[in-house]
Amino acid sequence: MDGLALRLANRLVGNADVEACVEFALIGGSYEATDGSCRVAVTGGDFAVTVQGRSLGAYRAIDLAPGDRLVVGQARSGVYGYLAVAGGFDVEPVLGSRSVHLRSGIGGAALTSPVSLALRQTSLPAGTPLALHRQFWPASDGPVRVVWGPQDDLFTERGKADFLRGPYRTTLQSDRMGYRLEGPPIEHAGDFNIVSDGIVLGSIQVPGNQQPLVLLADRQSTGGYPKIATVIASDIRHLVQRGLQVPFRFETVSLDEADSILRVAKSAFNDLFSRIGPISASDLFVSERLLGLNLIDGFVRG
Amino acid sequence: MSDSTPPNPSPRIRVAGTGGLVVEFGSVVDSRLNRLVMALDARFQEAAWPGVIETVPTYRSLLVVFDPLVADRRALAQELATLAADVPIDEEPATRRWHVPVAYGGNFGEDLDHVAALHGLDPGEVIRQHASVEYRVFMIGFAPGFAYLGGLTKALHTPRRLDPRQRIPAGSITVGGLQAAITSIEAPSGWHMLGRTPLRTFDLRRPDPFLFRPGDRVRFRPISEEEHARLSTLADMGVITADVEKLA
Repeated sequence: MDGLALRLANRLVGNADVEACVEFALIGGSYEATDGSCRVAVTGGDFAVTVQGRSLGAYRAIDLAPGDRLVVGQARSGVYGYLAVAGGFDVEPVLGSRSVHLRSGIGGAALTSPVSLALRQTSLPAGTPLALHRQFWPASDGPVRVVWGPQDDLFTERGKADFLRGPYRTTLQSDRMGYRLEGPPIEHAGDFNIVSDGIVLGSIQVPGNQQPLVLLADRQSTGGYPKIATVIASDIRHLVQRGLQVPFRFETVSLDEADSILRVAKSAFNDLFSRIGPISASDLFVSERLLGLNLIDGFVRG
Repeated sequence: MSDSTPPNPSPRIRVAGTGGLVVEFGSVVDSRLNRLVMALDARFQEAAWPGVIETVPTYRSLLVVFDPLVADRRALAQELATLAADVPIDEEPATRRWHVPVAYGGNFGEDLDHVAALHGLDPGEVIRQHASVEYRVFMIGFAPGFAYLGGLTKALHTPRRLDPRQRIPAGSITVGGLQAAITSIEAPSGWHMLGRTPLRTFDLRRPDPFLFRPGDRVRFRPISEEEHARLSTLADMGVITADVEKLA
C-alpha cells in the first residue's frame, strides 16, 4: 500500500528495493528470532518497536539475537507498516510474485495465528546497522491529488464540483482492495453502469450510491462503474497512511502538473535514500527525545 | 485486408492517471470490437515498448499501464492510435464450448426472485432464459479467473445494485447491466446473484490455473442442490466439473 515505506525498510537492511516484506495495519504483531540471528527494520507509520521490552523505534535496522522478541505495537501516526529482514523472507513466488492476495489466497494467507517464517539468511550481515533520522521520515498527511478521468464525462458539473468540495472520510469498509469513502454524493450524468473496462492503482469509481471508492493494491483488474478521477501515483501513500475517518479533500492537477509532481517526488525519494546512514549514539538520543515530545503533543491534543 | 473489410472504428484514447492510457473502441458488448482489442493487444505487446508494465484487454478497450517517467505518454498514445487504425482483426479462432452446471435460486442465488420481480417474470422463466442462450467469454478480469460473458438476453438486463455487497461467494452466477459473469473467488460485487456453480474457474493446482479463455463459449445447465453438493466435493478434489466440447 505504501511503496516508499516498503523500499525504505529494504534499504535499511541492505536488501533490493522490491524484496518481500511483512505488511501490517495499525498494529504490527510480535516476532521471535528462533533459529539464528537476523537484522530487521520497521517503517511506514510511527510504530512502537521494542526488543526484549526495550523501546527502539521505527526506521532503523535492529539486530536480533537468537531468542530475541521483537514487538511492533501501535502506530502513533500512519496506518501501514513494513517489516523487512536482511536477505529476505524465503518465500516461493506464485505467478511471478511474492505478494499475498488475500481474497484469492494466491501467495498464502494473512499471518493471523502463530506461524514460522523462513529466512534466507540466519546470521547478521556485515556493517553497522543503518537508520533514517526522524526528521526525514516521510509524512503521512500530504495532499491527495488526482487527474480527471478516464470517465469524468459521465458525471455532471455539479457532481464534479461536489467531488472536489468534499470532504471525504475513509470508512471502516476499507482494505487493500479499496477504500470506501463517505462524503458529498457525486451525481452521474446518466447511467452508472458502463461496460467493464480496465482499472489502475488509484482509480476512483463511483457506483450507484454516489459514494467514491478508491481502488488500491489488491484492486480488481476491471470494473463497470464510471471512474471520475485517478489519484496520482505519488499520493497513494498520503491516502492510505492518513488515519481512518480523518476528513480530507481531493485536489485536481493537470496531467503536466502531475508529471512534474512525480519527477519531484522521485528526486525527493532519492534524497531520502541518501539520508540513510549508520546509527550513531547522538541519533538515538535525538530520536528518543523527539519521541517523548511527540507523545506529549498527542496527549495534549487528545 | 480485403476490400469488403470495414475499416477499424477509430478509438478514443482516455487518460487513466499518470501511468495509464485506455484505447476505447466503443461502449458496447460486441465480439468484433473485442477481437479488435485482442488483436491490438497482441500487436502492441510485440513492440515491447520501454516502460510499459502491463496491458489489460477488456470487452471494448485496451488499458496500457506504464511508468510515466520512462515512457512518453504522447508518443505512446500516438503509437497506439496508429496500430489501432490498421491492425487486422483476427477471425474467431476455433474455440471450446463449456457446459457449466448451476444451482439456481434459494441460498445459491438469493437475488433470483428480486430480478424476476424487476422484469415481471416468474423465477422459473428467468432460469429458462438465462440457461437457454449461448454466451461468449469476452474477458477474464476483475478477480483471478472471473469470466465476463456477452450474450445475456435483453429481457434480463438489470442495473447493478446501488450499493455493492462487501462479498459474494465464489462460483456465483451473476448479471450486472447487460453483462453476465461467472465469479471465481469470494469478492465484493454490485451484481445480482442468480445461482452458483461448483466449477472452479481458477485453481492454482492446475498447470494453467485459468480455465476459460476469451472466445470460449458457455452454456449454463440447471442442476439440483444435491447435484451441486456432489460436484462441489469433486471440485474440492481438483476435478473440472463442466463438460467441454471442442468446436472446429
